[in-house]
Amino acid sequence: MVDDKSKAVAYWQANVRLIIGSLVVWAIASYGLGILLRPMLAGISVGGTDLGFWFAQQGSILTFIGIIFHYAWRMNKLDRDMGLEE
Amino acid sequence: MDQFLINVLFVGASFALYFGIAIWARAGSTKEFYVAGGGVHPVANGMATAADWMSAASFISMAGLLAAGGYANSSFLMGWTGGYVLLAMLLAPYLRKFGKFTVPDFIGDRFYSKTARLVAVACLIVASVTYVIGQMAGAGIAFSRFLEVDKDTGLVIASVVVFFYAVLGGMKGITYTQVAQYVVLIIAYTIPAIFISMELTGNPIPALGLFGDHVESGMPLLAKLDQLVIDLGFAAYTADVPNKLNMVLFTLTLMIGTAGLPHVIIRFFTVPKVADARWSAGWALIFIALLYLTAPAVASMARLNLINTVYPNGVQAESIKYDERPDWMKTWEETKLITFEDKNGDGRIQFYNGKADMSDRGWNGNELTYNRDILVLANPEIAQLPGWVIGLIAAGGLAAALSTAAGLLLAISSAISHDLIKKSINPDISEKGELMAARASMTVAITVATYLGMNPPGFAAQVVALAFGIAAASIFPVLMMGIFSKRINNKGAVAGMLSGLIITLVYIFMYKGWFFIPGTANLPDNPDNWILGISPLSFGAIGAIINFTVAFVVSSATEEPPQEIQDLVESVRYPKGAGAAVDH
Repeated sequence: MVDDKSKAVAYWQANVRLIIGSLVVWAIASYGLGILLRPMLAGISVGGTDLGFWFAQQGSILTFIGIIFHYAWRMNKLDRDMGLEE
Repeated sequence: MDQFLINVLFVGASFALYFGIAIWARAGSTKEFYVAGGGVHPVANGMATAADWMSAASFISMAGLLAAGGYANSSFLMGWTGGYVLLAMLLAPYLRKFGKFTVPDFIGDRFYSKTARLVAVACLIVASVTYVIGQMAGAGIAFSRFLEVDKDTGLVIASVVVFFYAVLGGMKGITYTQVAQYVVLIIAYTIPAIFISMELTGNPIPALGLFGDHVESGMPLLAKLDQLVIDLGFAAYTADVPNKLNMVLFTLTLMIGTAGLPHVIIRFFTVPKVADARWSAGWALIFIALLYLTAPAVASMARLNLINTVYPNGVQAESIKYDERPDWMKTWEETKLITFEDKNGDGRIQFYNGKADMSDRGWNGNELTYNRDILVLANPEIAQLPGWVIGLIAAGGLAAALSTAAGLLLAISSAISHDLIKKSINPDISEKGELMAARASMTVAITVATYLGMNPPGFAAQVVALAFGIAAASIFPVLMMGIFSKRINNKGAVAGMLSGLIITLVYIFMYKGWFFIPGTANLPDNPDNWILGISPLSFGAIGAIINFTVAFVVSSATEEPPQEIQDLVESVRYPKGAGAAVDH
């Protein structure tokens, strides 16, 4: 348990904000650029096809890796800054 | 050296390695048996998670699915990786902090309800058993093709190997064998892909070769492939899909389902700290991505190679004569995974979209049918790679199947020995007794899985619908709500899980047959009959939304959870401080 109530609330809110921001990027890379917005990206050519195809088959996966490491780095830092690490 | 001997050598060496690890990593306590003592390094856990996750379906079937479906099947790539983002941010760190042994454990404690725990155990068992049968069958196929034993004998050999390290070592044995299995499977997958990519595009990195130029024609590889398949009457490889709603929901179902699969979640119980659980999810996805970024390249290149084999002088020229077919086709014909029927009696193989009218070329229907799994298994032979590459594929396919099977069997047996026996039936069981119960449950689970692998029931083929549907509609939402809301109570959780689960199952059964019994479907399983064009495979995401909604409404109408439960939620949110697992 965390003794300082306001610190605990601030920590959890920061976590939820970070998660929401990350999920927006997650959704844009896969559902957005990879699926729904693909027709709009049809003009941008990548190796014989379009950018949407690249996002669906590779770009989304690379973005996911970036999101997780960014989240882990930010949260582990937040843990230490707030003295909440194990 | 004879190909059979090479295969035996590769598979034998990999098995010897797994046995060695099993003897080294014996489990001495329930904590070691369930969560490897909680001391696994995050990178090692990432590797083990990758092997745990990448099954025979990823290794053997996925490239074939992508090759057949082109862009439309990109859902598998995004869905089976995007779930790790959810896992890393929404579940893994908090469940690690909670610090218990199984997924139903959290659901039972957080919702202070035996019913919730038992519903979770039932969902876990159905999802995991469905999944494990596929792995056993995959191992059986790999054995029968590469080691020339029959499928059932192959299955028994596979079970004995898993039995040895899973029963002896539990999670500890499984973890370190999975690390070894990851190394075997990624090498086996990548090496043939590198050779093929070099040959077709001159680029040694298959993921880059996919978007590079086809050496022979000078055109971009994907443009060349599009041109060939269109000439043969198929839809373009990179063609967009007409029903985006279904593609979105299918991808979402796979993502939520991935994050909700118990055998994946429990891997994150094995790392020492909350911070490690976060890193470990990232490492897992890197290791998974090494295969998943290569798979779409393997898919398009294998399809191109297959077409070039049948039409050595281009698709506008005559195809090869059946008598002059390459040796690999003969080998795979014996397994019935490739079949040829000379419909127009010209002695040549016509391979095209049978629905297209090619009568002007004197063609009378597609004459070559193949099981899409062979695209990976026969890839080295199609590309005329040396014999040892084929041996590698054999060892890699088995590593993929066995590592996933072991993870699933552990999830099943720990749910039985811990949630059913220790938490529901006999709470007074001693530590030693529980460890024995865990080993006994593992033995039973392996025996049942082997039997079902030999006699696969109707639901075995429905892994994507059933396992991912259940995990998405029942397990994932209840775990997430348990962490992110203090207000969801026992009644809300049970009502949410049951309604999500039942509505999802009803939708699947309507199209696939009740309990998958042939002939009992209410409606034909095709896009014209699906509600809003939503396939039964895509319905898990809808089930999850129903689960969230019902749980929220029911909880709002009933009393707040007791204070100690709200404190429990608080405690899993912050890495500092004791978890709930002090009583272990």
